[in-house]
Amino acid sequence: MLSVRDLHAEIDGKEILRGVNLDVNPGEVHAIMGPNGSGKSTLSMVLAGNPAYTVTAGEVSFRGKDLLSMTPDVRSHEGLFLGFQYPVEIPGVSMVNFMRAAVNAKRKYFGEPPMGASDFLKLMREKRAIVELDNKLASRSVNEGFSGGEKKRNEIFQMAVLEPSLSILDETDSGLDVDALRIVAEGVNKLRTPETSAIVITHYQRLLDYIKPDVIHVLYKGRIVYTGGPELALEIENRGYDWIKAEVDAADAIKGEA
Amino acid sequence: MGALDQYIALWQEHGALIDAKAPEALNRLRPEAASSLIERGLPSPKDEDYRHTDLDRILAPDFGVNVGRVKIDVNPSETFRCDVPMLSTSLFLIVNDAFAETAGCRRMLPEGVDVMSLAAYARSNPGFVSDHYGRLADMANPIVALNTLLCQDGIVIRVRKGVKVEPTIQIVNIFNNSAALLAARRVLIVMEEDAEAKVLVCDHTQSSDVDFCSVQVVEVYAGVRSRLDFYDLEESTRRTSRLSSLWLRQEAGSEVLLDAMTLYNGTTRNEFYTSFAGRHARLRMLGMGIEDDSRRLDTYSRIAHDVPDCNTDELFKYTVDDEAMGAFSGLIYVAEGASKTEAFQSNRNLVGSDTAKMHSKPQLEIYNDDVKCSHGTAIGQLDEKQLFYMMTRGISEAQARFMLKQAFMSDVIDGISLAPLRDRLKLMVERRFAGEKAACASCPVSCKD
Repeated sequence: MLSVRDLHAEIDGKEILRGVNLDVNPGEVHAIMGPNGSGKSTLSMVLAGNPAYTVTAGEVSFRGKDLLSMTPDVRSHEGLFLGFQYPVEIPGVSMVNFMRAAVNAKRKYFGEPPMGASDFLKLMREKRAIVELDNKLASRSVNEGFSGGEKKRNEIFQMAVLEPSLSILDETDSGLDVDALRIVAEGVNKLRTPETSAIVITHYQRLLDYIKPDVIHVLYKGRIVYTGGPELALEIENRGYDWIKAEVDAADAIKGEA
Repeated sequence: MGALDQYIALWQEHGALIDAKAPEALNRLRPEAASSLIERGLPSPKDEDYRHTDLDRILAPDFGVNVGRVKIDVNPSETFRCDVPMLSTSLFLIVNDAFAETAGCRRMLPEGVDVMSLAAYARSNPGFVSDHYGRLADMANPIVALNTLLCQDGIVIRVRKGVKVEPTIQIVNIFNNSAALLAARRVLIVMEEDAEAKVLVCDHTQSSDVDFCSVQVVEVYAGVRSRLDFYDLEESTRRTSRLSSLWLRQEAGSEVLLDAMTLYNGTTRNEFYTSFAGRHARLRMLGMGIEDDSRRLDTYSRIAHDVPDCNTDELFKYTVDDEAMGAFSGLIYVAEGASKTEAFQSNRNLVGSDTAKMHSKPQLEIYNDDVKCSHGTAIGQLDEKQLFYMMTRGISEAQARFMLKQAFMSDVIDGISLAPLRDRLKLMVERRFAGEKAACASCPVSCKD
């Protein structure tokens, strides 16, 4: 599905990713955890193709294709989805027009005609139900005036419509109360199939109570420094990151001396 | 002196012919117009208020002026072949600068509304025209003086006391000629007490390979408690220059909407001078300019609050791309006695290329403490975060840019009270940003797709 090799990336001349290696197979859910400033959001932005970041080295293969050479819209068509930590408000663009543009752009990419009006409305209705998104939001501008929970549900709704093969959910749990968290997580779980994968970026264990990961990675100083099974999340919850940081910093120090 | 000389010479040599083909109410102001022009000349780009519009250059070409009132044959039915309106309008044509009545245009108008050729009305109602013509527009203004010097016709809209006009009165200005032409049209709108009307003016140029220059003055009297929506839509050509000066006076309790929309143009200078003569009057001003290529749009507005309790809300938005130039200069003046004034002004602009230019000068001048006023301007690019967000959903960069530009104009479009015009304009702006010429070069509300 996804294979990241020695990925380096910087923003404004500052190197954030310093050699990330990551393999995600079909059907797997990977969690990426790590202290603040370790590069978690940067990794998601680089994978989605945010032009503000510059990839300085490394390769990313996505379903056998070179991901880094694709523009963000092509990455989407090819099956990559990014659920934003801070979904962007777009005043003046209604949710309906936004989704219609997204759906029809994908169809165009695959040589299909635009979707008919009634099919489109039916699709919207079906997908909204997955995250219990209020119908009234459809006529509003994208994310404008949405509550924190509505914005996150809206991300999962868009994911449901676009049916990606790999979803990257960047701190989808931040700013959510328990009920909203449950709805969002259930939405993600409903969309899971043996062929689709997900990368869940989170600070906390609590989201992982709802979305069960197969693999957990710890990102620190722009590298994946620790990989383990689901039990790693609990250990981090109990012991924090300090022990991992200490191990990595010690190893770096030895390398520095050598 | 330069460009101006040819028009003064025209008047000096052919004044008798100009006068012979026009009514006395128009003729009597020509000498004053001439002295004003001779005395002041044209303002140069060094003049603070004309920094971005070089009148001398605009007026320099050897434009013909149809002083002999030769009839230029334009077949209106060819121009406006679809007469199944989404919105019922009473359509009047002004071809170059001559009023041309269309069949059945008055059919829908109620009693108590006069929509007439200015020249004809000045003959049948000389007192009325004399009382209003040139009374608001200031002869010290070069566009006013030049228009007054040459003007022989135009249109009068008079809505009598208490009359509410349901259908929109639509005036279509058409430029059509085989050689360069200057037209000095005049529009006089008088809304009497409690009168209500909606007026839509559309500027079109049919001959795209000919230079045209419109020197137009609009005088609007909004009587006590009257209501007027005035929409002015320009869809001309790169080779059309438009110099327009609008003068509005609002009496107590009147409500006026002025909406200036520039979809396609060449070089345009739109001026608005408004004043309040009575309390509790409201003015809403909206403007939109879509400038690309080497098009230029310069808007100047001066809104004077001289009496208490009046309200102004002004919003102008531009997009400038390629080598286009946009300028907005707006002054809201609040006099010492104008307490409880509420006045808001906003100018927002998107600049889409390194070579496009936008000049914005919002101004408030306030001499009273008991007021609520604000002004603001913003010049920027499309939001990169929004663009990226849309692209992660599969929307191409070009499509995302197009949607964001359209969204940028949405609050100006939403301010249009006429629903059919609003819907139609939404479509026209969409097409404009998509790079298509509006489907028919005719007007927004007279045609179906």
